[in-house]
Amino acid sequence: MIERTPVLDFITQTILVLSLVALLMPLWVVFVAASHDYQTVNQVPMPLWPGSHLFENLSAAWAAGNFDRVMLNSVIVAVGVTAGKICIAALSAFSIVYFSYRLRMLLFWLIFITLMLPLEVRIVPTYAVAANALGPFEAILNAIGISIRLPEWNLLNSYSGLILPLVATATGTFLYRQFFMTIPDELAEAAKMDGSGPLRFFFEVLLPLSKTNMAALATIMFVWSWNQYLWPLLIVTDHANYATATMQLQKVVPGPLFGAPPIWNTAMAANLIVLTPPVLVTILLQRWFVRGLISTDK
Amino acid sequence: MAEITLRNVRKSYAKTEVVHGVDLDVAAGEFIVILGPSGCGKSTLLRMVAGLESITEGEIELGGKVVNQLEPRERGCAMVFQNYALYPHMTVGQNIGYSLKIAGVPRAKRDERVGKVAASLGLEDFLDRRPAQLSGGQRQRVAMGRAMIREPKDFLYDEPLSNLDAKLRVAMRIEIRKLHQRLGTTTLFVTHDQVEAMTLADRIVVMNKGVVEQVGSPSEIYRRPETTYVANFIGSPGLNLIAATADPDKGKVTLPDGQQLSYDTKRWPDVGYGPVTAGFRAEAVRLAPGGITGSFEFAEELGSGKLMHCNFSGHTLIAHAFGDRSFQQGEAVSFQIDPSAVHLFDAETGRRLAEADGSAMAPAPRKAIAETLPV
Repeated sequence: MIERTPVLDFITQTILVLSLVALLMPLWVVFVAASHDYQTVNQVPMPLWPGSHLFENLSAAWAAGNFDRVMLNSVIVAVGVTAGKICIAALSAFSIVYFSYRLRMLLFWLIFITLMLPLEVRIVPTYAVAANALGPFEAILNAIGISIRLPEWNLLNSYSGLILPLVATATGTFLYRQFFMTIPDELAEAAKMDGSGPLRFFFEVLLPLSKTNMAALATIMFVWSWNQYLWPLLIVTDHANYATATMQLQKVVPGPLFGAPPIWNTAMAANLIVLTPPVLVTILLQRWFVRGLISTDK
Repeated sequence: MAEITLRNVRKSYAKTEVVHGVDLDVAAGEFIVILGPSGCGKSTLLRMVAGLESITEGEIELGGKVVNQLEPRERGCAMVFQNYALYPHMTVGQNIGYSLKIAGVPRAKRDERVGKVAASLGLEDFLDRRPAQLSGGQRQRVAMGRAMIREPKDFLYDEPLSNLDAKLRVAMRIEIRKLHQRLGTTTLFVTHDQVEAMTLADRIVVMNKGVVEQVGSPSEIYRRPETTYVANFIGSPGLNLIAATADPDKGKVTLPDGQQLSYDTKRWPDVGYGPVTAGFRAEAVRLAPGGITGSFEFAEELGSGKLMHCNFSGHTLIAHAFGDRSFQQGEAVSFQIDPSAVHLFDAETGRRLAEADGSAMAPAPRKAIAETLPV
């Protein structure tokens, strides 16, 4: 039911505006601090209106934080994780929904249960596997009596180490499963009658139909993987070559890279740099996402 | 030559058998309608022919070749689904041409054939639209175009008209019939609507609970129903059925309340004393004094006449009456029924009793059934 009471309207609008201000205030402070010079930023109280040194600070921060390399790393990792997650989620959901085989439900629930085991919980064994990716297979082979030494495959300090352990996604699989289940069976049958095999059906019918689903998943997953902090910090020791943007932020206050005592204006400029890509992705994909909805449901 | 042959085809889900051994021969170019209530196994049967369901037992032959193990695409059938199952993200042209694209037909040739099919269905102006932008009838035509473009040996229709409104259904029925006349493709058409079945079919297969009750031309099925089930299912209203006791010496059956009805003893020479089920069409009843008497309950107005529901000792019988006379509820009405219009069925099995000569049929109904029905 839609209420039309001026008093209630006023109260709800006020709450809405106050919440928005509370949400945006910290961002505003970051932006303002990033736009003043060192002296102004350290005044008490700090000014609340932006100054004129924004681009100066941004370029200083970019240089100090080695962002040329670091942003590239982060983009590679975030795009890799997002693409990997979408591929794996779509394929595993396709298998669970469209093929009937033994243990199908068991597999689905196993995937689902991994929701309860985020990376933080299993970080030690995951690190062990990343340090020697073929180790578990060797252990299994040894346990069943085949004594063999597999070559050591080390994922530390590499893009594959940053990407692969994060690629599996129960959320994505679940999202895709729910979506595939809304597609009428007759569509698969019609494709069969038209002579299409399962993979063709997947690529030419299911994937185009799941565009909006994919955009939603990509937005969520890109932001999530961009913000990954603990895992990169753990497996990257070669900071000059493999550090990601979020890792670099830890060195902003106060650290060897940016200097101590904290230089707040460049530190905040570095913050702005790091938070720009996820914001851009969200805005761009969301527009596309809405457009997709409109054109299919007309 | 038989184009489609079904031999003792059975289907079970886990331990429940839903199709209990169907035998059927379909000649090339024939239009066969499989008719039955929902859940009778008619769609399952069609899907087994298409290759969308596995065949538990028995054999299906298409064009003289057993296809039990073949994939749907290898069987050469095309199917039209109840909800059309058009690909929502493709245009009409892409939908129609998709099977050619899969078959690897080059683009120019594909467009040419899509153009031809679309023209024959009146869809030329809609080739670039999406299914969501089309009306129900247009979607139906796209689904038919998608089936036609493959030039299949067999057309399979799975209740294709049930999502359309009444008027459009009649129009599409005519289009399907015309299409069949033009292409001469062997067709299996599944429906629960007996009017569709009567108007479209060369032969009707009436199914009930996974069993074929009768196979025959529409008029055969209407005039000589083999079982009480078919008798009651076909026609609107269905055959009036009433339990009675036969007395072959007098050539009469006695209804439960003691009234008697004559039947044609020459036609039914072998009827013994004892219980039978007697039946007659509502159209075969004449409103006239001196016949059997019942009490009037209510009438359904049809415009051309009315269907009078009357109570005969607890059974409701329906008579198709003409004329303007109106009746009060409870008023006594008397009906005469031509002895040659009385059908007799075995009281236990429900099967039609043996007749002297198959050609001795009930008199032709007064009007074609499709016309008496408000569709």
